[in-house]
Amino acid sequence: MRNPQLNKHGELQHLLTIDGLPRSILTAILDTAAPFTAVAEREVKKLPLLRGKSIFNLFFENSTRTRTTFEIAAKRLSADVVNLNVSTSSAAKGESLLDTVDNLSAMQADMFVVRHAASGAPFLIAQHLFATGRDHIHVVNAGDGRHAHPTQGLLDMYTIRHFKRDFTNLTVAIVGDVLHSRVARSQIGALTTLGVPEVRVIGPKTLLPTDVERLGVRVFHDIREGLRGVDVVMMLRLQNERMNGALLPTPQEFYKVWGLTAEKLALAKPDAIVMHPGPMNRGVEIDSSVADGAQAVILPQVTFGIAVRMAVMSMLAGQQGSK
Amino acid sequence: MKIRIANGRVIDPANGLDDTRDMYLADGKIVAHGRAPDGFAAERTIDATGLVVAPGLIDLAARLREPGFEYRATLESEMDAAMAGGVTSLAIPPDTDPVLDEPGLVEMLCYRAKKLNRAHVYPVGALTIGLNGERLSEMAELVEAGCVAFGQANVPVVDSAVLLRAMQYAATFGFRVWLQPLAPFLSRGFAHDGEVATRLGLPGIPTAAETIALYTHIQLARATGARLHVTRLSSAEGLALIRQARADGLDVTCDVSINHLHLSEMDIGYFNSNCHVVPPLRSQRDRDALRQGLADGSIDALCSDHTPVDDNGKLTPFSESEPGATGLELLLPLTLKWAQETGLPLGQALARVTSDAARIVGITKAGHLSAGARADLCVFDPAAHTAVRRDTLRSQGKNTPFLGLELPGRVHYTLVEGQVMHELS
Repeated sequence: MRNPQLNKHGELQHLLTIDGLPRSILTAILDTAAPFTAVAEREVKKLPLLRGKSIFNLFFENSTRTRTTFEIAAKRLSADVVNLNVSTSSAAKGESLLDTVDNLSAMQADMFVVRHAASGAPFLIAQHLFATGRDHIHVVNAGDGRHAHPTQGLLDMYTIRHFKRDFTNLTVAIVGDVLHSRVARSQIGALTTLGVPEVRVIGPKTLLPTDVERLGVRVFHDIREGLRGVDVVMMLRLQNERMNGALLPTPQEFYKVWGLTAEKLALAKPDAIVMHPGPMNRGVEIDSSVADGAQAVILPQVTFGIAVRMAVMSMLAGQQGSK
Repeated sequence: MKIRIANGRVIDPANGLDDTRDMYLADGKIVAHGRAPDGFAAERTIDATGLVVAPGLIDLAARLREPGFEYRATLESEMDAAMAGGVTSLAIPPDTDPVLDEPGLVEMLCYRAKKLNRAHVYPVGALTIGLNGERLSEMAELVEAGCVAFGQANVPVVDSAVLLRAMQYAATFGFRVWLQPLAPFLSRGFAHDGEVATRLGLPGIPTAAETIALYTHIQLARATGARLHVTRLSSAEGLALIRQARADGLDVTCDVSINHLHLSEMDIGYFNSNCHVVPPLRSQRDRDALRQGLADGSIDALCSDHTPVDDNGKLTPFSESEPGATGLELLLPLTLKWAQETGLPLGQALARVTSDAARIVGITKAGHLSAGARADLCVFDPAAHTAVRRDTLRSQGKNTPFLGLELPGRVHYTLVEGQVMHELS
């Protein structure tokens, strides 16, 4: 089966998921991101790599934070950015996803940054562009359903590499609601591809997907056992609506059993780092003393996120130019 | 019209027949094999040299989309598809709009189908009004109107007390109840709850959705004495329950669809919405068990589960897409493919789409080639191949997971009541 993310030369055409991407491409993205972190320190925070390019932020699901980081990244590369909250416009009028895409394509888009509540929506868009001969338009997945959030996974890898240098001697734990988390799926894909020898997932059985060990992870239900000796702790956000589907009794019980406290974190390596994709629920999945503590690298994650998104966008649309 | 079908390889599973001989048709019936009856003067001779002459296929589930969904398909378009596929009898699930819960509707459907004069239709009436699982349909009247059994298509009855009563009432008359084993709340996902759903982030449907419903249906069949036909089996565990129920002496039959016989969750690939079907495609282990079960007769019949869905219904994200796939024209090729891959004799494989299916629907006049039978025939070349392409499918539904494949078998002639209704050009 043709991998829709790669062009016929094996280069990145779209970024839809980490799954199926070779290590060399992931490393190239991280390497490309490194010099971009310095751009933010300059007085003029702009590079001309995407000058004249039009990037459409196509958000079928609301997200201020992710949309903003994509917007900043695109603007630092000198692209023209159009933000569309489709959930409040055409989709509400009954226009189909692909009709929206066709209309925006006709406005000479060079790239779509897509967020959608349904898993696989960015694949559908990429396949549609391919089938209609508009493959020069790139698609970046900014989060689809429970499936993938590849730029988040990549910025997390950038953060780990920044603090830990090497992936091949690490033990990494992902804690919380893996079942509903596109972030966790992209993290697992990236960690295993980059050669992390042990990836653990920790949570109640209701929040771990069926056969999750097939993704190459070790499953723990006891957080104390799971955190023992780890180098990196990646917390996941727990959505409040999880209490409704009989997945958990109360946020209080979740905090008591799986919330990250200083006492539980002490079981990890002394130099372990704590990560969170945000937004955090303090007192649910993470205690404030840990979130604000010396081991937390949550704010650097946000900063690196812009550099990584600049790297992805410039690799997709920058070097290849207009075909 | 008197027709001689000359020199074909006649395969009649019901009579254990598989040899080369001539067949003679007159007045819509098969009148003789081998030697022509006295005074028989053929008005037409069909040369079937190198071809198989088999009973017309009987499909246990073909949605023709009328009434209610004419934008997806019409009787005309789907009857064409049936003829092109060598399918001469169709059982119609009741999930039309309105559903088949009124004698008048059923009569109209049968009348429309009869006027088209192609495949015979056998409606499965709604077990409950509106398929709502609350009130019983007028089963006795519906049978008079033409229904052959009662079912819920893929709408489960939530209230098991209603299901018990419905099965008791059907058992009063000896009507067979066709039920698809879908536990209502556990069936809310979009793909088999396994590795692929986990990887793709698709809400899953566990195997327990099938087994829990099967336990319920089997126990209620035991309690009521209703004759149960289980539709669209999908799992190895479900098959084990069927085998156990039969070992216990219950009158239970079951079928599997061409999709579940050949595909697994892996075929979803990158969110291929053509693989969004009900029940979900399960694991390769499940598929292998179903193939074995169909071969050894634990599964009685193979059906197309023909469900035409238009492009609007499929060109959406997987979880928002309409479930279903077109299949009428693929029933014979996928029967042959399964037979080839499992090394099953052709006659035994064809039984699953002819005589065994006839037994479940209660068709006695067709599904076999005995003298006196209705001359519903499928004459095909088992060595040729059919390409599955959007432009070659006659069905208005162009969406199937098998698009782009070359499948074995090509239908040369389809005859219904002794008339040639399809002829390969």
